[in-house]
Amino acid sequence: MTSNPSSSEVVLDVDNLVKHFPLTTGVLVKRQVGAVKAVDGVSLQLRRGETLGVVGESGCGKSTLAKLLMRLEEPTSGKAYFKGQNIYDLQGKALRELRRNIQIVFQDPYSSLNPRMTVGDIVGEPFDIHPEVAPRGQRRKRVQELLEVVGLNPEHINRYPHQFSGGQRQRIGIARGLALRPEIIICDEPVSALDVSVQAQVVNLLEQLQDEFGLSYIFIAHDLSVVRHISDRVAVMYLGRIVETGTDAEIYEQPTHPYTQALLSAVPVPDPSVRGQRQQIILSGDVPSPANPPSGCRFRTRCWKATDKCAEEDPALIVRPGSNHESACHYAAVREDVVVQH
Amino acid sequence: MATTQAGIVPRPDQAGVTPLLEVEDLHVEFRTRDGVAKAVNGVSYTLHEGETLAVLGESGSGKSVTAQAIMGILDSPPGFVTGGAVRFRGQDLLALPDDERRAYRGRSISMIFQDALSALNPVFPVGWQIAEMFRVHEGLSKKDARKRAIELMEQVRIPAARERVGDYPHQFSGGMRQRIMIAMAIALDPDVLIADEPTTALDVTVQAQIMQLLADLQRDRNMGLILIAHDLGVVADVADKIEVMYSGRIMEQAPVHDIYAAPAHPYTKGLLESIPRVDLKGQELSAIKGLPPNLTNIPAGCEFRPRCPYAREICKEQRPPLAEVVPGRFSACHFAQEVLEGDIEPVQQ
Repeated sequence: MTSNPSSSEVVLDVDNLVKHFPLTTGVLVKRQVGAVKAVDGVSLQLRRGETLGVVGESGCGKSTLAKLLMRLEEPTSGKAYFKGQNIYDLQGKALRELRRNIQIVFQDPYSSLNPRMTVGDIVGEPFDIHPEVAPRGQRRKRVQELLEVVGLNPEHINRYPHQFSGGQRQRIGIARGLALRPEIIICDEPVSALDVSVQAQVVNLLEQLQDEFGLSYIFIAHDLSVVRHISDRVAVMYLGRIVETGTDAEIYEQPTHPYTQALLSAVPVPDPSVRGQRQQIILSGDVPSPANPPSGCRFRTRCWKATDKCAEEDPALIVRPGSNHESACHYAAVREDVVVQH
Repeated sequence: MATTQAGIVPRPDQAGVTPLLEVEDLHVEFRTRDGVAKAVNGVSYTLHEGETLAVLGESGSGKSVTAQAIMGILDSPPGFVTGGAVRFRGQDLLALPDDERRAYRGRSISMIFQDALSALNPVFPVGWQIAEMFRVHEGLSKKDARKRAIELMEQVRIPAARERVGDYPHQFSGGMRQRIMIAMAIALDPDVLIADEPTTALDVTVQAQIMQLLADLQRDRNMGLILIAHDLGVVADVADKIEVMYSGRIMEQAPVHDIYAAPAHPYTKGLLESIPRVDLKGQELSAIKGLPPNLTNIPAGCEFRPRCPYAREICKEQRPPLAEVVPGRFSACHFAQEVLEGDIEPVQQ
């Protein structure tokens, strides 16, 4: 692992990021009738060489967050500083420079690679836009080096994506992400589409690359055990907000937010001997619509601790008494019976 | 729930009782332009009433194809059952003509699919689709069938079932759609329910709800449940017996507690070790190297040999049969005893 990332410099500082997608009605004259609050005030920090895990259910805004940080979407409000510069202020050359430094690896290695391009073209395409990284003559050599780094045979440079398995395709996606030597890689569910035995290979590769190149990762996933394995810090998202954040040990061993507790208790444990011994919190109902989130605390409609206060007052993400990490719950309290040591 | 200590041998108290479902030496192949893909190569398992059998395997291991062959919904061509038997209460379904076999589908054996959105018809209300089971199979009137559909929706715990019976599949969340599929599957009170990765597409909190629902329904109706999964975590809580499939064959078969405590096949061992664990944080995960074999060209000898850390000369030459290691446990490995006891060293390559 990297040498104590908690003390290294902050490479990405996200401040109160908001993304609302307008809901419109009318055919000729569009009228806004509401907004899907996909990301609604997210602040986080990412340090050099660190992995920040982001977990949450589908629809909680984690992929929108990834797109915002890549500047594939413009935020409604908020700022994100990459090395002191607000990435949403950048234009032209400076923006291109930024895009070099923040790269993404997508979830589905089947749809994120162009089936008509060879692996060499896919991995080498970033060099077309950023020729300063690899001059024309050296491009092929660079691509072959990259393939080797991610554990693929450099001789396969002329093959097409369909000639590779899922795990190998994900390696191609990672090679493309590495091509421009970025400082940050956003991994949006990079192993969810892979078989269990192959998942471990890709997780190992990501960790090894981090050590080698000093990369910072934002690792978005719904598999909590993989997130725990790879992350230094974890942020739990619910309905567009971060509800709890802390080191991996704080989140997994001393969760204080009821949602985190429910999420952890629902994780299947691959050990039949603990059957019936752990408390499983089965949340009732579904996640409310992000177009119309509940007043006050957004989790209150599914929370067993909810009181009138929760409906009126939006709990801030602050360090609560009795713990040393941030939690957005009025009644944050450590609960140990949901945590299984295995 | 009764623990099942026996594998394919009937339990003492059930000796002489015909198993609910018996798959024997099943072979399925797909005849494609690229050659014949041998998807299932001699799979045998049995399921008793009230028992939960988990079939584990990676994509391409043949677990879903086996289920499709049991249900008789294999796409044919290109898929063909080339041998074996599927016996439901002693009756070989594969020997029946199509119209007789249809009587078993839904009523005796029923199935839930992974992707509820594509399994449901988008242009009909869900209530109509559930009610179709009663109209077609039991000849109920539209009104009575609808009433039964609402009852079923309540049984699978869909809130406000009466109001939502006319809604279309896209108006439901993923978890609710899965419940609707479960409602359709249990409509005719089947004896065997096959769930093919029922929670793979769902979030972890919803996954817990659906597994709970399946476990409750199984207990209340004393169904035999075949749970197909690729993840060792999901099945640990509910299964009685595990079958691990690889390359179209069963590699290991054992009662659930035994297999997690001490696997008797290198593949199972590899799968268990590749799960991230708290005490191994910061270390490399132990991954199984390489890839599953191409089904059109399965290697000679043991199928797992190219990826196996313990492979020796004999593994190249002889394909190990699924044999009993200790009473009630079966493994298809030449060194099953040694793997079980942890008494084998990886070969340096």
